[in-house]
Amino acid sequence: MGSSVVIDRATVGGSNGNAIVRDVSLRIDPGESVAVIGRSGAGKTTLLRLLNGLATPSTGAVVIDGLPLGEPGLAERRRRIGTILQAPALFPHRTVLENVGTVPRLLGWPEERIRQASAALLERLDLPFDRFAGRFPRSLSGGEQQRVGIARAMVADPPLLLCDEPFSALDPIVRRDLQDTFVALRDGGSVTLLFVTHDVAEALRVARRIVLIDDGAIVADLPAGDFVRSAHPLIHRFLDAARIPEAS
Amino acid sequence: MTDLTAEIVHATAQHLLIVGVAMLVATSAGIPIGVACVWNPRSGRIVLRLIDIIQTIPSLALFGFLIPLPLIGGIGIRTAIVALILYSLLPLVRNTVTGIAGVDPLIREAATALGMTERQRLMRIDLPLALPSIFGGIRIATVIAIGVATIAAAVGGGGLGTLIFRGVAMVDSTRILAGALPAAALAVAADLLFGALERLAARRLGV
Repeated sequence: MGSSVVIDRATVGGSNGNAIVRDVSLRIDPGESVAVIGRSGAGKTTLLRLLNGLATPSTGAVVIDGLPLGEPGLAERRRRIGTILQAPALFPHRTVLENVGTVPRLLGWPEERIRQASAALLERLDLPFDRFAGRFPRSLSGGEQQRVGIARAMVADPPLLLCDEPFSALDPIVRRDLQDTFVALRDGGSVTLLFVTHDVAEALRVARRIVLIDDGAIVADLPAGDFVRSAHPLIHRFLDAARIPEAS
Repeated sequence: MTDLTAEIVHATAQHLLIVGVAMLVATSAGIPIGVACVWNPRSGRIVLRLIDIIQTIPSLALFGFLIPLPLIGGIGIRTAIVALILYSLLPLVRNTVTGIAGVDPLIREAATALGMTERQRLMRIDLPLALPSIFGGIRIATVIAIGVATIAAAVGGGGLGTLIFRGVAMVDSTRILAGALPAAALAVAADLLFGALERLAARRLGV
């Protein structure tokens, strides 16, 4: 069972007094996969940060699995929320195995279990355990680092997974590979997924429901199938921008 | 000459003792103070300013100020150690602050997002990543302390300064060198040792 997520009329203010997210409400059922798309600065990342407590609403509330998100106990709850950020931000002084084992160690798993879970996930992400476990992040390529970041977020099977443009810095081939791997992982476990991207094709590949956010507000919220047929002008512009002209 | 050799050995040992004790105390106080300055930036700035001011007091004057103080003052080794601790704080605190402030904010955010508490992040991420800078602080503090400790002889603190002061009084350059050369050698050795640790820690982080 994935987590249930409710954002109830949340507003997040920016440092200049303008709201980054304005009066947003969103309900996500357990096991749903939702892509949030929008232009740069539309408030996508802030919406995602609301869900792991990195952003705090000035008004409104965020409720995960029936419990309002916030102190006390926020750190403990974050261990059950996987977050994959645009920059993998691996811990440079820790090996791949230590990076991946971060959350299990916080959860107090025994070493052997951490090892087994990490090994299984790294293999699935095409990072053979024997070759990668003892290496340091600086010796990895960008794609490898991002995969370690994915493993680090997912190793403890969090029921909620938040992804903030996790593949945007990667070349298109690695990106495609990782999207496929990611979809397999998503389908394999029961997880609620929120995936932020500005790439419509990516959104349609990884999610079954698309939320379009513009200027801090949700302007469309549709199943992926309806999204591509929508008459909404901004959706049109997104789809147009993603279309590749066919060779004549 | 053998008398002088014995004197040099004795004075060097005493010098090392004064500097060693002072550095031990200063490090175990300086790093937590640095962490506290990061956590409370407003009071942190005041603390850093105070430590700055201590650093501007000429060392001989600082020894002089300490002598009349009860408990920590007086004539002897204790005053010397207290003065060295005060002098060593600035590089230690400042480098701890700089080191932690220099940690990539994305890495700190990742640690928070994964569910580390502030304390866990401090111990597992911030301090290890600040280690090269902290070793740099220990290196600078130790080198300064070895030099300043020669002045401790003026307040009866002993150490290599005893030889130098005696040499000056007797206009005996051999004696002055007998104190000055080992002090310089100690400073160079400390510089090399902690410099190596600093590089080792930095290399481990891949920077």
